[in-house]
Amino acid sequence: MTDDVDGDSRAYTVRLELVDRPGELLNALRPIAENGGNLLSIFHERGNITPRGHIPVEVDVECPPDRFEAIVEALTNAGVNVIQAGAERFAEEVVVLLVGDLVEADLSDTLSRIEDGSAATVVDFAFAAGDRNGGDASARVRLAARRGSVEEAVAGIRGVADEKGLLTVEPAGSEVGP
Amino acid sequence: MRVAVLGAGAVGRSVAALAGEFGHEVVAVADSSGAALDDGGIDVEAVLAAKDETGTVGDADPADALEADYDALVEATPTTLGDAQPGFGHVERALERDRHAVLANKGPVAERYDELRALEADSAGEVRFEATVGGAIPAIATIEDREPEQVPAVRGVLNGTANFTLTRMAAEGLGYDHVLAEAQDLGVAEADPTFDVEGTDAALKCVILANLLAGGGFSLEDAEVEGISGIPGNALELAAEDGRTIRLIGEASRDGVRVGPRLVPENGTLAVSGTMNIVQIETRHGGRMNLSGRGAGGPETATAVLADLRRLSR
Repeated sequence: MTDDVDGDSRAYTVRLELVDRPGELLNALRPIAENGGNLLSIFHERGNITPRGHIPVEVDVECPPDRFEAIVEALTNAGVNVIQAGAERFAEEVVVLLVGDLVEADLSDTLSRIEDGSAATVVDFAFAAGDRNGGDASARVRLAARRGSVEEAVAGIRGVADEKGLLTVEPAGSEVGP
Repeated sequence: MRVAVLGAGAVGRSVAALAGEFGHEVVAVADSSGAALDDGGIDVEAVLAAKDETGTVGDADPADALEADYDALVEATPTTLGDAQPGFGHVERALERDRHAVLANKGPVAERYDELRALEADSAGEVRFEATVGGAIPAIATIEDREPEQVPAVRGVLNGTANFTLTRMAAEGLGYDHVLAEAQDLGVAEADPTFDVEGTDAALKCVILANLLAGGGFSLEDAEVEGISGIPGNALELAAEDGRTIRLIGEASRDGVRVGPRLVPENGTLAVSGTMNIVQIETRHGGRMNLSGRGAGGPETATAVLADLRRLSR
């Protein structure tokens, strides 16, 4: 994702997710220019809406390596959802299992509350129904969370699950993260 | 070293039987109903044979074993919660007499750690408890050796019964009840498996580890514990589709103790099979260490007691 341009500046790719609202793209590009970034290209995927109703945008930026952090930080401060920046993935993945009467617990409500409460995005979901003897159902949920906020995301899931009487099987401490 | 062994279950018997091989002399063995005492050293083989025949190790009063002429008391009576009696009282008496106490009984170390250390501070004797965590695995000694303050966290698989159950469920696609019944037939699970499958046993071990890391302050009621009895086979299947499996993992740090079913990579370090245990120790400067081995069993756990006796005799 990172290409040498010359001795001082490098090209970086930043993936953003924007709310579908007028002015959002401009709002996202301003912090880049204000922090010394030179816009090389913008790929605005209007037709490709994420499950949360956001629009993915890919921006190529040229700047000195020491300015790049500042640009990403300015974007984050401006409320822009940075999914990936440069060679570094900002989205860390975490997988959890939920066990219990998932239908009774209103599965779609459970998932949307997990997303709302933890700044995490559900990227993959699998469901296994309980057996005929009334055994519990299980679900496997894969979430993308902001870098460094995986623990927070897992705690959020645990909170929602506890409230709904579901058992959470989260990753063992050492296995959290990439 | 002259040793008194309290408790003649699997661990106590093995300690008595192996003591001679490790250069120690057994001067007393007691169970709940009787004791065998001899300041000149008891005939362990004969005493254990008597236990098999009559149900007790001897005719003497078990309380007299506490007053025998030993250097170290081995406390291997069954683990009890709350006041951790009678184990705690046995250790208390040994320390009052300025003798060492070596515990295989988790109760006093998990439930009354601070009191135990206070008694030790007033005694010429020392308290050791390697056998309380991870059977044959030298978890306690390794942490002490690396300085507890250099260890931010310890986690692992610390209950063989729960691990056996999850391993079989995942491998055979069988339900929890089926596998548990099989484990009981094999003698891997007790007739009442609650202590193991509901996470209490693993939690006690983690509480002991947290006490070691933090210098005390924890008991079982501080632990957040979830067992494996609520794990259906389909959860293991969903985990396997993703290259993972479920293990009952205990975690101990200065912040507290958590035990519960956790996702681990299917072929990862923590996914030990069957009745095996693993202790994973995080160190500030030395990275992560993994110690796996047999976490239960008479001779296995006795080796941890004997290692403590060796340390005390140096």
